[in-house]
Amino acid sequence: MNSAWILLFLPLVVAAANQLVLRKHSLVPYLSTASAAASLVISILLLGKEGNAGFDWASIGDFSLRIGIQLDGLSTGMMLVVTGIGTLVHVFSLAYMKDDEACSRYFTGLSLFMFSMTGIVLADNFIMTFIFWELVGVSSYLLIGHWYQKPSAGDAAKKAFLCNRVGDFGFMVGILLLWSLTGSLAFEDMREGMIRFQDANPALFTGLLSTAVLCIFCGAVGKSAQLPLHVWLPDAMEGPTPVSALIHAATMVAAGVYMLFRLQVSLGAELFEGLFASHVIAWIGATTSLAAALMATQQSDIKKILAYSTLSQLGYMVMAVGLVHGEAGMFHLFTHAWFKALLFLGSGAIIYACHHEQDIWKMGGLLKKMPITAITFLIGTAALIAVPFTSGFFSKELILHAAKESNMTLFIIAAAVAVLTPFYMTRLVVIALLGKSRSDHSDHAKEVGPLMWVPLALLAVLAVIAGWLSGIAPAQPAHAGEFHLNALFFISLGALLIGSSVAFILYRGKDRDPVCIALLRELFYVDRFYDNFLVPVFQNTVAAILHFFDELIINGLLVGGLSRGAASIGQVCRAIQSGKLQYYAFAVGLGVILVVYFTVFY
Amino acid sequence: MLALIVFLPLIAFIAILLGAPARKTAIYSAGANLVLGIYAAVMRDCSCLDFSVQVLSKPEINLAFSTDGMSMVLVLLSVIVTLAAVLSGKAPAGRETLYYGSSLLISAGALGAFATTDLFFFYAFHELALIPTFLMIGILGRGERKAIAWKITIYLGLGSIILLVGLVWLANLAGTMHIPSMVENLSGENALDSGTQKSIAALLIVGFGTLVSLFPFHSWAAPAYASAPAPVAMLHAGVLKKFGLYGLLRIAVPMVPEGMQVWLTPVLVLLLANILWVGYVTVSQRRLDLLGNSSVMHMGYIFLAIAALVAFPENTLAKPAAILLMFAHGISIALLFGLADSIERKTGTLDLEELGGLAKAAPKLAFLFGIAGMASIGLPGLANFAGEVLVFLSAFQGYDPTQGLGSVQIACIISIWGVVISAVYMLRAYRNIFQGPAIPRTESAEDLTFMDRIPAVLLTVVLFAVGLYPNLLLNLLR
Repeated sequence: MNSAWILLFLPLVVAAANQLVLRKHSLVPYLSTASAAASLVISILLLGKEGNAGFDWASIGDFSLRIGIQLDGLSTGMMLVVTGIGTLVHVFSLAYMKDDEACSRYFTGLSLFMFSMTGIVLADNFIMTFIFWELVGVSSYLLIGHWYQKPSAGDAAKKAFLCNRVGDFGFMVGILLLWSLTGSLAFEDMREGMIRFQDANPALFTGLLSTAVLCIFCGAVGKSAQLPLHVWLPDAMEGPTPVSALIHAATMVAAGVYMLFRLQVSLGAELFEGLFASHVIAWIGATTSLAAALMATQQSDIKKILAYSTLSQLGYMVMAVGLVHGEAGMFHLFTHAWFKALLFLGSGAIIYACHHEQDIWKMGGLLKKMPITAITFLIGTAALIAVPFTSGFFSKELILHAAKESNMTLFIIAAAVAVLTPFYMTRLVVIALLGKSRSDHSDHAKEVGPLMWVPLALLAVLAVIAGWLSGIAPAQPAHAGEFHLNALFFISLGALLIGSSVAFILYRGKDRDPVCIALLRELFYVDRFYDNFLVPVFQNTVAAILHFFDELIINGLLVGGLSRGAASIGQVCRAIQSGKLQYYAFAVGLGVILVVYFTVFY
Repeated sequence: MLALIVFLPLIAFIAILLGAPARKTAIYSAGANLVLGIYAAVMRDCSCLDFSVQVLSKPEINLAFSTDGMSMVLVLLSVIVTLAAVLSGKAPAGRETLYYGSSLLISAGALGAFATTDLFFFYAFHELALIPTFLMIGILGRGERKAIAWKITIYLGLGSIILLVGLVWLANLAGTMHIPSMVENLSGENALDSGTQKSIAALLIVGFGTLVSLFPFHSWAAPAYASAPAPVAMLHAGVLKKFGLYGLLRIAVPMVPEGMQVWLTPVLVLLLANILWVGYVTVSQRRLDLLGNSSVMHMGYIFLAIAALVAFPENTLAKPAAILLMFAHGISIALLFGLADSIERKTGTLDLEELGGLAKAAPKLAFLFGIAGMASIGLPGLANFAGEVLVFLSAFQGYDPTQGLGSVQIACIISIWGVVISAVYMLRAYRNIFQGPAIPRTESAEDLTFMDRIPAVLLTVVLFAVGLYPNLLLNLLR
């Protein structure tokens, strides 16, 4: 248990030491990296441990908010993902960020993030989850806005924070509702309270539970970037690429799925079967996964393609939770974390080698110029598009299976996504890695150094084998890592072949995009709708109107009238008295004191 | 001991009038008072802190000081913010006596009002603090200082008079001015009839409410804080404004509980207007003066806790939540006003459109302002979050979900939207001032000097201490 406390607070201590003591010292990156590595070691030692410990954080009488650690398979497995990818991203960043003038601020931000994410994973109650939920939000804000002098980076950071805040509005309301239903904020005691409530009020139960779950789901919609709050994640690519790999692909964005699954496990999965809220969750997940996959097919920024792909895969996970097959979703979270971190770090290596060129149409031929990066990138791609026997294959099969068992429409959507995923990834690979170079930047690209390719190679190994590692995954679905030659296998194999071969034929040897679908390029006009309608009308216009009325009525008429009246009295007084404000003010005070005295005295 | 804490600023004020160096005297006395305040908080249960001297026998008025947890927290808030306030800002040449003297007077008034147990002095000390506030704005304020000083004088003067009527009425009915005895005399069998309670509660809500900028009596606040010199904005928004909330908790809720219940729905509507209406007004502001309205907006959350207490008298969370949030808000708004003053001194403007990229030239200022902004929008780890989350929980304490949502719960849910609104304006302000490319106005701006940083770091440390471990403060309320 003690080591779990170290696991939680070590990154905070390191972040504080970096900020307050070391400041811009060259040790900062190494200290942060060492702390991440130490966290990884502790996480490995904690695998399989169970326990609970905590202390009162804010107590009033009998009531108390706790900071507590819950060790179980779910939290220790998730910690392995967080610290494993965290460590590799730290190492990668040592090289990637070495020339950045604000390198120490960057690593301090990473340590703050590691602290916050650890807190979410280990939390044993909902208020603690919320606390660290907000803290990952702020670390993400800091890291997206790392290059704050770029206006787009500052805007993206702000947008990410605000989208998350909108979701957290619902999350907070949901926590309050759940508290009033179960009488507890601790995960351990919630089920008991919920069953008691169900027995006492069977008629009201499902409706109230659904409401509470939907409110809590809002938090996950924000953090895991589901429709309609998905718009922040592609913009968040303004942050340094290793940050995208760690926070905006593997860990933080998956926290929404983790939190939902934690809720499901705590309350008991059977309460979620057939619940209205579960249907909503499944449909939002499925819609997000389809819409994002479609958007990914028309992007030309390498990071944006991966960002939409992340949205799409998160949609898969959310759908699985909605189908009450949370273990399948969590298993996909586990495998996705490795291969998507690999793809993002790989894209980081490519961007680094191409002098910060991110447009795939200005790349090309990178397979020859940087073979290690390109091959690991291909391995990550294979896992993402679910080539049989890679990790992504096993976890995606479980999700498709869950959909097929529950709802045909959802299964068709999921299968369509399974066609689109190989399509957009093959497009990316064919344009950026194969063929010939299309710009000076990619022409001069060289293989990156070992600090960068070693993490890529390790992640590539994990991207292949993670499917067989269900023993250390946060959740152990039945039949994980098993292979069956059934109809589902042929459907997904067909999807893979169709998607990738169409893309291969379409994009091979092309120098510009032969397909142009405005609807997808414009992201279904959602971002435009927000920027040009929703925010201007419902925020700025409302604000301006209220401001106007505030000035006019309250300030101008009501109070203005009063003060004009008083000012004219003041004019009269001025004739008699000196008219100096200080005397007036003093007289008010003195007069008032005299009034109180005489009123009471007589 | 408490008497010493209250009178030390007054003694220092007199010393300054007699020719002692103004800045030094103010800083040393405020520093000493901070030490005394912390000592008093540690010794809080000791009767050695109390003080009482009879001033008049008929009616009996005592200059009496004694604290419980609630007033102790506010005394601590006062001494902390006072030290930060006299350390912040820069007095115009030749005006040091007025500048520092007024700050000390405001501090003495606030401390006296929070520490006294006598209704007469409760009121009188607050009045004492208002006068230098008016003077500082009228003489040393920015912009239309005369007009603004008139406005708040009339506004707060009227609010005080309405309040006074209510207090005098209560004192007459209770037959004493000793506040704890008043509560005793007005509870149980001797509770006032509901008609009287209703009238007195209305007077107290409007009177105290005006002093705390309860909608629609809020429009004095934004111009006043925009105009006021930094120490006055810090002391008034941070400390003195809490007098109204303290009064509601100390006087109105215990003495006229039924009357308060009658006005519950109107109060809920008004506090929501504080949060949403004023919140959106803040969003449309284009100068950092929006801090004034942001402070008005956050008063809504403390009113929400008071409403939760009124609606459900067995509520155990509401009062501590309100006090914690009062403390946190006081520290964070004082920090924001202090830093805003620094921004104006270093760049010459508070107009958001004329600033940008200041983080490059002034990273320390950016860092501290970032923390203050994050505190005010309720980031965990900083004090305000603990207060806000306890306020929300208090609104749901004792709530039976089978009965549908009550008015307090509905108000709570709507008010949580304010958490989004405050993030909108605060992050935009930060984005416009500090992020983006540096512009000519900001690229050569100076960063905070060591002396500038002392008050800001003091307040920041307090925000972190209470935010990381709220029990530090909540233990005082046991």
